[in-house]
Amino acid sequence: MISTRLVAATEGEELNPLIPHAAEIVLSAVVFLLLLFLIVKFVVPGFEKAYKERTAAIEGGIEEAQAAQKEAQAALEQYNAQLAEARHDAARIREEAKEQGAQILAELRADAQAEAARITAAAHAQVEAERAQVVAQLKSEVGTLATELAGRIVGEALSDDERSQRTVERFIAELEESAN
Amino acid sequence: MSLASTLAAASGPPSPGPADFNLPAIFEVGALEVTKPMVLLAFSAVLIVALFAASARPAAVVPGRLQFAGEMVYGFVRNGIARDNIGSHDFQKFVPFLFAVFTFVFVNNYYGLIPVVQFPAMSHIGFPLALAVITWLVYNGAGIKQHGFLGYLKHETVPSGMKGPILVLLVPLEFLSNILLRPVTLTLRLFATMFAGHLLLLLFSLGAEYLLLHSENTLAIPAGIASAILFVGISFLEILVMFLQAYVFTLLASMYIGEAVADEH
Repeated sequence: MISTRLVAATEGEELNPLIPHAAEIVLSAVVFLLLLFLIVKFVVPGFEKAYKERTAAIEGGIEEAQAAQKEAQAALEQYNAQLAEARHDAARIREEAKEQGAQILAELRADAQAEAARITAAAHAQVEAERAQVVAQLKSEVGTLATELAGRIVGEALSDDERSQRTVERFIAELEESAN
Repeated sequence: MSLASTLAAASGPPSPGPADFNLPAIFEVGALEVTKPMVLLAFSAVLIVALFAASARPAAVVPGRLQFAGEMVYGFVRNGIARDNIGSHDFQKFVPFLFAVFTFVFVNNYYGLIPVVQFPAMSHIGFPLALAVITWLVYNGAGIKQHGFLGYLKHETVPSGMKGPILVLLVPLEFLSNILLRPVTLTLRLFATMFAGHLLLLLFSLGAEYLLLHSENTLAIPAGIASAILFVGISFLEILVMFLQAYVFTLLASMYIGEAVADEH
């Protein structure tokens, strides 16, 4: 049956589309294999290269971003640590300053008190010395004066009360004069 | 029914048939008659390589328009067909073959809808037959390379988990369907859809022309308009079918390869 159809096909009366032409099979195979070769040579490498580079670029970008994030995190932690340290230092320094201030104040106060005591003591001593000097001077002068007064009283007539009274008054006036 | 009788009653209506696919030779090289589908087929390879080589040449990380378009087609075959069916382990070496199959069938199908060209080269059975035979060689070759000759035969013909006398029945059936019939069905599916599609388009376009211009029957004008509308509708259907056939051929090829190189099925 196929052979009769083949005959018919060659005669061009009743064509059977299921009977392939040998030339077409060969041509199709040759063209397809040529196409495959050219695709392998010129098309696939370009696309695959683009794919690979794109994948690499995306992965690289992600890695880079992760690295940057890690770095930023580390920097933040470092800054935080430094900040905490600085705060701690500041607090410590403030505490020390306070302590030192208090100490200085106490020292100053003690010094002032000592100075005051010293000045007071010196004043007391001076006053005491001057008093002692005055007392000594008075003692000697009182003696002299008493002697002089007694002599005068005795030298005058002791009977004359008026006179003796006047002598005493005169003496006291002299005394006051000398004091001035 | 009335349409058919109208057509039959008219004098000399067109009756497109297999003869319309036998185009006269354009020129002859020795004894070889070079016909339009042959030229179209050869030109399809030039077209595909020129287009995709230009698209792939920049190989830029950030693609331009042409590269993007090319990558869409390439990625569709590479990731959507090859990787999904063969598995990410060893699909890469079959990508060029599948990409060539897809673009080759695609372009040669769409010739049928391009004005002036208007002839699907794959409606000549010799072209899909060659492609099917190459596919057969590729998937069997890949399987034999993977499992050895006998190992591959066992892999393809003995269904896993089957034991005992049932194998007497199963092994010949599996051999028939997996080894012998696959290239035949690949060929016939592609050839028949392209052949029938083109025949339909011929029928409705020639019919519309005849009914509108040459027939004197009273029903000829409405029938001619209906025929023209159907021609447009079937053209749209063909747009879909032409893509689907290219996709199905590539998909089946990748499934056959995937099955052949699979470790256990």
